[in-house]
Amino acid sequence: MPAGRYLYFPGCSLRATGVAYEESLRALFERLQLRLEELADWNCCGATSYMAIDEGAAFLLSARNLSLARQQDERCDLVAPCSACYLVLRKTQDYAVRYPEIRRRLDQSLASASLTPLDSVKVRHPLEVIYNDVGLEEVRSRVVNRWRGGRLACYYGCQVVRPYEEVDRPHNPRRMDELLEAVGVPTVEFALKTKCCGGSLTGTIPEVGLRLNYILLKEAARKGAEAIVTLCPLCQFNLDAYQDQIGRQSGEPLDMPVLYFTQVLGWALGAPPEKLGLERSISGRDLIRRWFSVRSPREAYV
Amino acid sequence: MFEERGILPCPPDGASRIGVYVCHCGSNIAAVVDVRAVARYAAKLPGVVVARDYKYLCSDPGQDLLAQDIREHNLNRIVVASCSPHLHEHTFRHAIAAAGLNPYLLQMINIREQVSWVHEDRRRATEKACDLVRAAVRRVRRHKPLENLRVPIHPDVLVVGGGIAGIHAALTLAGAGKRVYLVERQPSIGGHMAMFDKTFPTLDCAACILTPKMSAVKAHPNITLWTLSEVTRVEGYVGNYRVEVTRWPRYIREDLCAGCLECIEACVYKDAKFPDEFNLGLGKRKPIYLPFPQAVPQVPVIDPSTCIQFKTGRCKKTCVQACGERRAIDLEASEKVERIQVGSIIVATGFQAFDPARMPDYGYGLYPNVYTSLEIERLVNSSGPTAGELLLRDGRRPSSVGIIHCVGSRDRKQNRWCSRVCCMYSLKLAHLIRERTGAEVFNFYIDMRTPGKGFEEFYQQLLEEGVHFIRGRVAEVTDWALDPSEEGKLVLRVEDTLLGTVRRIPVDMVVLAVGLEPHRDAEEVRRMFNISCSKEGFFLERHPKLAPVSTFTDGVFLAGCCQGPKDIPDTVAQAGAAAAEALALIDTGYVEQEPNTAYVVEEHCSGCRTCISMCPYSAISMAAQDGQWHAQVNPVLCKGCGTCVATCPSGSIRQNLFEDEEIFEETEGVMAYV
Repeated sequence: MPAGRYLYFPGCSLRATGVAYEESLRALFERLQLRLEELADWNCCGATSYMAIDEGAAFLLSARNLSLARQQDERCDLVAPCSACYLVLRKTQDYAVRYPEIRRRLDQSLASASLTPLDSVKVRHPLEVIYNDVGLEEVRSRVVNRWRGGRLACYYGCQVVRPYEEVDRPHNPRRMDELLEAVGVPTVEFALKTKCCGGSLTGTIPEVGLRLNYILLKEAARKGAEAIVTLCPLCQFNLDAYQDQIGRQSGEPLDMPVLYFTQVLGWALGAPPEKLGLERSISGRDLIRRWFSVRSPREAYV
Repeated sequence: MFEERGILPCPPDGASRIGVYVCHCGSNIAAVVDVRAVARYAAKLPGVVVARDYKYLCSDPGQDLLAQDIREHNLNRIVVASCSPHLHEHTFRHAIAAAGLNPYLLQMINIREQVSWVHEDRRRATEKACDLVRAAVRRVRRHKPLENLRVPIHPDVLVVGGGIAGIHAALTLAGAGKRVYLVERQPSIGGHMAMFDKTFPTLDCAACILTPKMSAVKAHPNITLWTLSEVTRVEGYVGNYRVEVTRWPRYIREDLCAGCLECIEACVYKDAKFPDEFNLGLGKRKPIYLPFPQAVPQVPVIDPSTCIQFKTGRCKKTCVQACGERRAIDLEASEKVERIQVGSIIVATGFQAFDPARMPDYGYGLYPNVYTSLEIERLVNSSGPTAGELLLRDGRRPSSVGIIHCVGSRDRKQNRWCSRVCCMYSLKLAHLIRERTGAEVFNFYIDMRTPGKGFEEFYQQLLEEGVHFIRGRVAEVTDWALDPSEEGKLVLRVEDTLLGTVRRIPVDMVVLAVGLEPHRDAEEVRRMFNISCSKEGFFLERHPKLAPVSTFTDGVFLAGCCQGPKDIPDTVAQAGAAAAEALALIDTGYVEQEPNTAYVVEEHCSGCRTCISMCPYSAISMAAQDGQWHAQVNPVLCKGCGTCVATCPSGSIRQNLFEDEEIFEETEGVMAYV
């Protein structure tokens, strides 16, 4: 593998609700001298409703992306920052290995579109890329900005830690905690770090979805965290965007920043704050402004 | 070629008088193999005089039938088609020997495990059985009479491990007048049982029943007790094991120490400062300490990793001053190697408790008030760190306690087996916790397993005492409070499978009923004593039902939890059985070895020495005859592995019971070259 070069699969979220994730990811990778090369002609990863309605279609969508990655540069790993993309890409590979029938069908479909059959592309999540390929020591040695903010609760969500254990261990994952601590950001023990954020329930059954987010936000605060750090665009959106509504429902006003780990790491390693998408946050804007010295926040994207 | 070497002439046709016996094994064989047809087929084979089928050949009448035929028909070779030779070769050899025939003129074939139990098609199974019978008939004609080898047994016994199993085995043997070496790695004997408070289901005090036995070990003139010691080398074979035991320094001489413990009092550390191993770190000790009050031997030990003298060399050595004229403290002591000879070995190395840090969902190591069951044993023990008072780490008394069963047991991700004792010790701890604190106690179980004398009654008693039982595997232990009643508590989230609902139970203290697993160095121990492990790592008995304390290595026996999880009564019973097996061996005075040994055809041996380097048992040496060097095999050391036979470039090493001619006949026979 060429050192420091990765194929990049943004997925839909990083071009919509998760723009801040893409911006901060790029800024952070730049600081770490890692290159992200966007996968050309990528399509939907196959997560979302596909997986629930037609697994075969979901696998095929993923398989096309995996096949394209192999064609574009067979020496590079494929980085998928969104947890849902990461999981469905990994699951497709896994099922193709376990069930020859699935593999045969996928290869057949790929061939009909003149694509190469499935081959082993390593699917990576940026958390684990930084943890394994860069390493805690290297990250620690590159710190530029000293953290002046409060303690943070690292929240991993459900999809990157199970069932596959390559990003972190399924019970009590700690790599995000370790990376933040390496750059001088204090974290709290957060027992709910892999519990459900509600996923799409915030839209479909709001009383359930919002309650799950309320539990996460409240427990983080109880543990002394002033903000939550995530690695998934859906988790970030659910926790960030509904705080008004949750506050009204529970009678406890909430205003807690919900950040991407790439924003915090990027800032500590000296990426310019305006390139980290910080102004895109909805909740906890005062704290964000204070912590990250964002001088003139744009009032857009509310 | 073989004739040229002048070995094993085939008896001329007519000289072989073979009897073939096909066993039904009840319906085990007869249900799949047409045993009558096999016997009819056998009757027509050259050399066969009698062929019969019989319901249970291993029974007394079955054996009598063999003997009768041998006498009446003047048989000189026997073929038995039945079960595995592992099971009954011995039986049939014995039977034909009793009838006056050399026991090695028998060939046994396995038409049960290798035919009826693995095939369904009756016709083809019967054909296969016929093929095997034909091969055996051809082979047995080449058999030659052989004599067993007799090896004397050294009467001393080595017992490895000083827990209740090792203690009981050692006392039994010593009581029978045998000399016993008891080797224990820790500074005191007693093992896990010494850590317990009460024992289930009778609730008698563990110390009260164990410590008299510990003292008896120390006092017994026939027992040599070596603590802080490990077996580091084992050589030899049944009856004649040469063992090396390394004794690590205690720095206090057992022969001079009076056990006054004044040295501990005098230590420059006025307060105990270091985590105390015996109390699992819940208490503190000094660098010079007695592991626990009833320790045997009653001699302190110095831990060089915490003692100032060992760390800096600049201690006032107040301990030495306190010891005064006795001069029992020897800071210069170093390890010592003892070399002993024993005839048999009892391995009683015990278990280790599952480390629940491997299951982060239960918060062990994360939440201070999550304990293992073994830690609770120490906390409720009156000689423990809290003098028997059950307190949380912050000194509070718990008002509610949750006991999670099967931690590390019956779990595909951890250990798959049931650890057998956890249900019962959880009941015992529930009873003790309720008795000492009056706390509400919740037991979270998958199934209650109470198969033992008085066990189910004890469970009923606990139900009546008001202990709660919730059937379900706990998903997690968390300090995440959902409402104010849970604030400051540990919350157990569990699916109550009887109610069919998910529950949250807030408690002050969580007890993890950890399972039993093999010691982390069980693999090295296994290799040292040349015994086998089951796939989970417990030592393997020779037969799960009929030879539960023997191993596949003669003269090495098993006792206690190193063979598998078990409670104290079972451990003691097994230790007694192991001692009895060792006694039987010693009192026989000798062992008979199967003569399946290799031998050198001296006139063909060129003396190239290739075999010497290959022999795993160092059984081959060089000898000179008429100025000509050749290899020779010591039959006592030879295990019959056949390596040298295969290695010899000139084919001049052969092996009894596995002669080339025998194997060729068998192979040709099975390939149907009748």
